Parts: sequence; structure tokens; C-alpha cells
Amino acid sequence: MTARTRPEPVQVVKQRRDAALRALVNGVPYIQFMGFQFDRRGDELTAVMPFDESLIGNPILPALHGGATAGFLETTALIELAWQSLWEDMEQGRLDPTTLHPTHLPRLPKTIDFTVDYLRSGLPRDAYARARVNRSGRRYASVHVEAWQDNRARLFAQATGHFLMPERGEPTGND
Amino acid sequence: MASPFTPQQFLDALPHARALSMRLDSVTEDGHVTLSMPWDARLVGDPATGVLHGGAVYALMDTACGLAATLHPNSSGGTATLDLRIDYMRPATPGQRVRAEAFCYNMTRSVAFIRAVATDDDTARPVASATGAFTNEPSRRKADA
Repeated sequence: MTARTRPEPVQVVKQRRDAALRALVNGVPYIQFMGFQFDRRGDELTAVMPFDESLIGNPILPALHGGATAGFLETTALIELAWQSLWEDMEQGRLDPTTLHPTHLPRLPKTIDFTVDYLRSGLPRDAYARARVNRSGRRYASVHVEAWQDNRARLFAQATGHFLMPERGEPTGND
Repeated sequence: MASPFTPQQFLDALPHARALSMRLDSVTEDGHVTLSMPWDARLVGDPATGVLHGGAVYALMDTACGLAATLHPNSSGGTATLDLRIDYMRPATPGQRVRAEAFCYNMTRSVAFIRAVATDDDTARPVASATGAFTNEPSRRKADA
């Protein structure tokens, strides 16, 4: 008799996924310094850059600093890539997220190049971004990121970048 | 230069440049602008190695490029980044300052074309290079208007 195993309770699944995402995000000092946050719906991530005075680059307009916007988009791309491989390992039971700790994290991809297209000036309010992995090979990945503020259809910046993926099975974090 | 401010005062008026402790190192007569920023544990992108996050290096280079645009003799006084591409050639060595040198190699009535290179103490091996297009416009006008 092959009884189907009952699905896990939803809270257990959510807790595991949220813990994995938290470990990934909390482990990077720059993300904490910039105040970036990540919302999760299933496997979909939305990055949030809550407005802060220190993100301003043009005090006259005022407008967000292009470098802050770029850092936000690059972080969104990196976390999306790391999250996708983490998700796969977690869902297939190859990785136990309870072992994730800021000192013991999956290796992050490395940025090879990153191009930001500034479409309009960043307003002094919260910004959001989502990344789309256009290609993810064993070694290289190409990612596109869109960022908006009040209106999802009116992007204020978009970016494209290439990333070097960590070797599979490479030792994690601070070993 | 139309602005009554010195380049360092201009830099200090940018909150994000201040947040990253950027410093103006030099502006040469022919318009090469050098900015630098100290290594800071809070700006680390890879906790396993202590290497600065690309976003911090990007911000330094973007600022150096913007300054090079506004310091160009044909600048209308203001600028905003249209696009900027950065190639990360190697990780910046933890603990060392990062310097970005930017130069506006072509200026039109409305666009500044800029290139920049970032180094740490090993100046023979660049950390990153950048190339971008910046607007050339009066400073008190909304770029978004």
C-alpha cells in the first residue's frame, strides 16, 4: 500500500523558507547598512529599499543617489540568484535551513559586470525591485532587474548584469 | 565651474557620499577627478572574505563620474546619471582604501561621456572600470520634468 505522505503544515513550510531567506539576507553587512529588505511570496522575492536621508545623492531635487540605486539593484540580482539555488536545495531536501547561520552560508555569486539604466530620478520614498534570471548556467548567469517606486509600470531604473556562480559543492561561508 | 562651492563642499552636501565617507583626493587641471573611500566593515558584501560590496564601489565611481561631469569646463552646472556600466575585475583588498579616478572624455551640449577606473593600494591592477553617459543640464532643474 502506498499511502501518500501528508503535506507538511503550512506554518512549518513558511517558517523554514523565511528562516532561510533571513539567514541569507542578514549575513551581508552591506544589506543591513543600506536597510534593504526582502518580501517573499512563495519563491518570488521583492526587494525593498525603505527611504532614508542617507540615500540621497542630489539634495536640491531631492533625488536618490545613483550609487544607492545601483547597490539596491545589484543586491536584488545577487540575492535572487543565491535564493534560487538555495530554494532548489532546500525543497529537494539537500539542505537543512536550520544549519544556515551568518557564519555558515551558501557562497554568493560574484558580479562580473553591472549596467544600470536610470530612467527617471529616484524620489525620496521607498523603492522596490524584482530580478529575473534570464540565463543561469553552471558557471555564468545573466540577470535583469526592474525597480519602481509608486507605480509598478513606471520604472525609475533597470539593470542588467552578469554573474559568476559559485562552484557547486564548494565549501560554505566561513569554514 | 559655475558652482560657488568647492568640490569637497559639493561632495559633503551629498548624504550618500557622506554615508560612505567619500573624500575628494584631487582634481587635475585637465579634469581628472579622484575620490576615495575607506574600507568599512559595514560595507562588506561577502562576509566570508570581508570584501566590499559592489554597490559601495559603484556608488564611489558614480559619484566620481558625476563630479567629473560637473567640473568639465563646458558643464551647465548639473548632472544626473543616464547609464553607467561597471566591470568588476577583482575584489578590492579588505582593509585598503578604494580610489576612483574619473574623466569626462567627451562633452556635448547635453551629454557627458565619462570613464573611470578604481584601484586599491595595488594601483597596477584595477579593481573595477566604469563607463557611462551623464546628463549635462542646469543644476536647479528637475531632471524628470
